[in-house]
Amino acid sequence: MRISIFNYGVGNLYSLQAALKREGVEPYLASDIRRASDADALLLPGVGNFSEAARKLPLDEIRDLVRSGKPLLGVCLGLQLFFERSDEGPGRGLCLLPGRVKRLPSIVKVPQIGWNVLKIKHHNGLVAGLPDRSWVYYVHSYYPVTRGPWVIATSEYGLEYPSLIANKNIFGTQFHPEKSGSTGRTILRNFLRLIRK
Amino acid sequence: MPLAKRIIPCLDIKGGRVVKGVHFRGLQDAGDPVELSIRYRDEGADEIVFLDITASLEQRSTLTSLVKRIAENLDIPFTVGGGIRSMSDARAVLCSGADKVSVNTAAILRPKLVSELASVFGSQCVVVAIDAKRVGGKNGQWFEVFSHSATKPTNLEAGKWAKQAEELGAGELLVTSIDRDGTKLGYDVELLSHITSQVNIPVIASGGCGSLLHFVEVFTEANCDAALVASLFHYAELSVKQAKEYLMSKGVLVRP
Repeated sequence: MRISIFNYGVGNLYSLQAALKREGVEPYLASDIRRASDADALLLPGVGNFSEAARKLPLDEIRDLVRSGKPLLGVCLGLQLFFERSDEGPGRGLCLLPGRVKRLPSIVKVPQIGWNVLKIKHHNGLVAGLPDRSWVYYVHSYYPVTRGPWVIATSEYGLEYPSLIANKNIFGTQFHPEKSGSTGRTILRNFLRLIRK
Repeated sequence: MPLAKRIIPCLDIKGGRVVKGVHFRGLQDAGDPVELSIRYRDEGADEIVFLDITASLEQRSTLTSLVKRIAENLDIPFTVGGGIRSMSDARAVLCSGADKVSVNTAAILRPKLVSELASVFGSQCVVVAIDAKRVGGKNGQWFEVFSHSATKPTNLEAGKWAKQAEELGAGELLVTSIDRDGTKLGYDVELLSHITSQVNIPVIASGGCGSLLHFVEVFTEANCDAALVASLFHYAELSVKQAKEYLMSKGVLVRP
């Protein structure tokens, strides 16, 4: 199994690669669509900000690839890019799902940094084996606003927001599975199992 | 609010090994950073801070290879601090797998470093560490920031510097009380409350932890988000697990 991690910014891509390697997958970094599309699945990591990512990524090509059935996992900003727009700045995202990205309310400390619980709303293979209220690690200032059966889990911080999304071959987490200990490991394993089918 | 309060063990690193001070007389080898951090994770640590106390030029490459080894094995977040002076120092550490870098003296000498780091890597990666000490007489007492491993007074007021760091783009503050560091008398609740009242970013408390009660204080009275602990855990006087069980019994939300 090969997974391509889109390399569109600067920051920690190493942890995500390491987490996948621990599950026996060979991830590789790709910065163009041709190299990325060779993989069995695409991974959009969470580095940098929305506008810069929207500017640097070959969004049309990624959208076509995903619509043709290629599995996609978005982590943090990678998930936010599934939507159309973000309060973080100008630019259009992948527009794979209806919704937009907003800044966390200032009644709480922003960024949210730390461990928070998942409230599971719908059954999905991505959360198989996870008890409700499992702990995951967050580092973010923005959150997606979207409604629909693809909202598999939510978390609460100042307000309730979608934290785990799954719709056919599209998967996303607002938290960092690669930093979420055993819960994160379960989610990554579930993802790999789902895309092997 | 379901966001858990965090317990963060801090490991001092020298030449790629964990070291601990022995009665202020030199440093003793305390083991492998990867093994120790995994042990803390298994006990329930929420994050780990690695503080490189060598920070000499020739050993920077030792540090980046260590950071890679940690990232390969540790599945909770970790911060690397000590001797991060420039964008390229930060880049080397972050691209090797660290989740955050902490900057202290370099940010005081050149505050723009904080905004540069935040704009390139994102605020969430940038921890500004502040070492503060009570100065002045009884009537005019205030908290002064010290640089260069807490040796040089800067004339900066800690609350003001905290606010400025937030405005520059820091995602988190790590605030150490120089007065309390190593005393086990408890965190400086007054200092920490002063800081948390000035900013709207998470604050990690450091310096002085000596008992289970001190954890409760720093979360409930000082409104801190995380508690950093060094010696207490190394010398096995207390474990992360004990601290968390106690906090839970006192109604403080922690990740079990």
